[in-house]
Amino acid sequence: MTDAEMQIDELKREDAETREFLTFMLAGEEYGVDILRVQEIKGWDSVTNIPNTPDYIRGVINLRGTIVPIIDMRLRFKLEPLEYGPTTVVIVLKVEKNSEFVRTMGVVVDAVSDVHDVPANQVKASPDFGTTVDTDFVKGLATVGEKMVIVLDIDYMLNSQELASLDEVME
Amino acid sequence: MSIDISQFLQTFFEESFEGLDIMESELLNLNVGSADKETINTIFRAAHSIKGGSGTFGLSSVADYTHVLETLLDEMRDGKRDVTQQSVDVMLQSVDVLREMLNALQDNLDLDHDRIASSHKQLTDLLSSDTSLPAASSTDSNAPKDSDTQEENSSGGWIINFSPYPDMMKTGNDPVRIIRELEELGNLTIELNDEKVPSLDELEPESCYLSWKLTLHADVPIDAVQDVFSWVDDECELQINEIIISDGYSGPDRRAPESTGKARKAASKEQTSIRVGIDKVDDLINMVGELVITQSMLHQLHDVEEFNQNTLERLQDGLAQLEQHTRELQENVMRIRMMPISFAFQRFPRLVRDLSNQFGKNIELKLTGEQTELDKTVMEKIGDPLVHLVRNSLDHGIEMPEIRAEAGKPETGTIELNAFHRGGNIIIEIKDDGAGLNTQKILQKAKENGLVKEGDTITTEQVNDLIFQPGFSTADVVSDVSGRGVGMDVVRRNIRALNGSVEVVSTPGVGSVFTIRLPITLAILDGQLVRVGKETYVIPLISIIESLQVKNEFVNAVTGSAEVYKLRDEYIPILRLYEIFDVEPDTKNLSAGMLVIVESEGQKLAIFVDELLSQQQVVIKSLETNFRKIDGLSGATILGDGTVALIADIVGVYELYQKKIVPSELKVIHDGGVAA
Amino acid sequence: MATRILAVDDSTSMRQMVTFTLKGAGYEVEEAADGQQALDIAKGGKFDLVLSDVNMPVMDGITLVKELRSLSNYKFTPILMLTTESTGDKKTEGKSAGATGWIVKPFNPEQLLTTIKKVLG
Repeated sequence: MTDAEMQIDELKREDAETREFLTFMLAGEEYGVDILRVQEIKGWDSVTNIPNTPDYIRGVINLRGTIVPIIDMRLRFKLEPLEYGPTTVVIVLKVEKNSEFVRTMGVVVDAVSDVHDVPANQVKASPDFGTTVDTDFVKGLATVGEKMVIVLDIDYMLNSQELASLDEVME
Repeated sequence: MSIDISQFLQTFFEESFEGLDIMESELLNLNVGSADKETINTIFRAAHSIKGGSGTFGLSSVADYTHVLETLLDEMRDGKRDVTQQSVDVMLQSVDVLREMLNALQDNLDLDHDRIASSHKQLTDLLSSDTSLPAASSTDSNAPKDSDTQEENSSGGWIINFSPYPDMMKTGNDPVRIIRELEELGNLTIELNDEKVPSLDELEPESCYLSWKLTLHADVPIDAVQDVFSWVDDECELQINEIIISDGYSGPDRRAPESTGKARKAASKEQTSIRVGIDKVDDLINMVGELVITQSMLHQLHDVEEFNQNTLERLQDGLAQLEQHTRELQENVMRIRMMPISFAFQRFPRLVRDLSNQFGKNIELKLTGEQTELDKTVMEKIGDPLVHLVRNSLDHGIEMPEIRAEAGKPETGTIELNAFHRGGNIIIEIKDDGAGLNTQKILQKAKENGLVKEGDTITTEQVNDLIFQPGFSTADVVSDVSGRGVGMDVVRRNIRALNGSVEVVSTPGVGSVFTIRLPITLAILDGQLVRVGKETYVIPLISIIESLQVKNEFVNAVTGSAEVYKLRDEYIPILRLYEIFDVEPDTKNLSAGMLVIVESEGQKLAIFVDELLSQQQVVIKSLETNFRKIDGLSGATILGDGTVALIADIVGVYELYQKKIVPSELKVIHDGGVAA
Repeated sequence: MATRILAVDDSTSMRQMVTFTLKGAGYEVEEAADGQQALDIAKGGKFDLVLSDVNMPVMDGITLVKELRSLSNYKFTPILMLTTESTGDKKTEGKSAGATGWIVKPFNPEQLLTTIKKVLG
């Protein structure tokens, strides 16, 4: 896409209030996160374990000089663990709290799937039907063509609420 | 052209806070009655700068408030007003008020208008009181500029007779500039009078002999014309006469009210900056210069096809130089963050003065080692713990004058704050010549709390150390800090959070010394790398006493799982790091690995690891930036190969050990006596 | 050659503001934090205008003006004092020491530039 095209695209997005989502696969289901929050996507590499933390916290990595924690999404959602393979990737996300950038975190997913434009009005509040994922983490459901994408609330999922309560988990 | 002046606000706040600190300490230095002129001048300057800056940067509330303070100081400076105890007290309070105002403005919070108004009133009352001189000194002798009160005439213009004195140009004022400026006001007719120009041999080239009759045809107020001449009105003869137009309409000409809209936009996150001495920057530039030379030296080897003895030596030399320069550069970069501890000490004269009055005690404060430098971040965070400790000494350490007299001590007690460097640490001592800790009371309290059992053998040091235990604050035992509801445990916790420690040595009747030990910087750590299974951990070198191979005969297992190691005459708990951090080790057999003997806050531990790796300086990275605090770890670092190694926090590791490993009945205090 | 201005004030924020404003208008600016520093810098270079605060540590603005005027290089150089209303008598003191004029604090960048342009022509 050229710069001009990108600008037009930007305008369109503002007009129709569409959002771009990066989607990824996790145990056969497609999940989406706001693409503006994606800092980078990298292959799985070894991590340094952090003692006395829940299993879904795989450890920390060195991302150009800063220490970034890596969360396994399958384990976070209490899904069957899967051996990491060639498609396994780490999506590095910018986490916000009260609209301010607070931290960078990486999440391990089965594979990256696609980038979708989704009009804002097509993201529907998630009905309380039996998703495999804790509905607290779900912002809504988006229909993309024939598919349904689960839009995640990464700020809720990755903020201290979730990750600082580990002290109790540990006891 | 419009310039956003809010960009300078942060600097203004910082320098104002510094200015307030100076004002405070100098006010405390003031001798009532015979005040030193230079001290008053220093205080005045600080107030003056705050006023000037706040006006310029649109903080009118601060400017208005400071104006009164400044006037007061100006009168004192000029000897028109005596420095009384009352005025010093009021001014000290106004320093507090100003600090609060600036803090609130900086954080975009609401101002406490009531407090400001009442303090403002105190200042104005003071100003209008007991002075030997009538009211304020701001007697602006120049023509009144108050345009509101002046009738604004419509006029046909002005005839101006302008005769500069010969020396006018010596103040840098050029008549041509003035005439040009008048031209901007309207149509100007210029008549030059050169009668006074002397003959060439008498002419002084630096003098002005000319004069002008200027006719300005413009409907401008006389103010505008006077303004043009305002800089030179005492350097020339000036007559301004109005050209009257008979049917001149004189209507209301209200000037638009000055825009007082807030120029400030909501400042987002607080950005802190640091002031660095130019010498430090110069050093850095020199270092970088050296580095560049080394780099070019190494670069010459870039094209060498094959290394021989000669080129190899040059390479080695180059690398050695590179290492040295890098280290020097690192040290110098660290120095940038260093500030003298006087910044943290300077609040104590005030604190001690106020509290002494409050408690009715006579206390002298001695400060030494104020120039000892430490990291800015450490300094900011050590302030509160220091205040707690000083308050504690003041409140509980130093006795009332009559009690001191009875004990044969001088009635005036002494609190000493001393800072110095030792090893890679800064040591801060808070020493008082008070009553000392009451070990009996502490022990009794500890027994009530179940911290110590009947029959336990514990040393005096250990008893004294109990005051740092959580929940150990009662008013009659030393650790409660003057009704703040904050105990010594918080002090210790805050100091530990800085990778530091605090200990107390006390002699009944003689006094106590609290010793705070802090790393000079939070950025770098001398570490021992150790390996447990696949993981590498860093143990701070400062806490390591020695490392040794295990001799099985010195291992004693105490009541089941807790093991101790007999080192010389001591029994030291063995802490298997793989158990604490829950990792798979190479070996669980003690004799196959290594013991690292560490000490922290009087507690020795033998940490069992698979292998000792190298010792090196590591750059400390916070885990909290993107994650959170982890028990037993003080941070992480990045090793030469790019992987992350975790830095062990010895105190935290010990706490984990107590939680995880030690059976509850042994939880108390590990001591030779217990094990025997 | 660019017009060179020496800006003297012990307040960093004030200096920053003045420098930023003047540089933005195309002037070359050097800064000094007190009169002594200013004098040293002035001796080592040539300035078309000096802008100085009055109340400063080490050497105040009035003394600076006197010292500058005693140097042949600065006999006629415009020197403006940054004064405040409350220090009205300092104006005359500054004038008698040889200052060209003054700018009254608080001032905004636009006012500063107008005055400077006026003096420099």
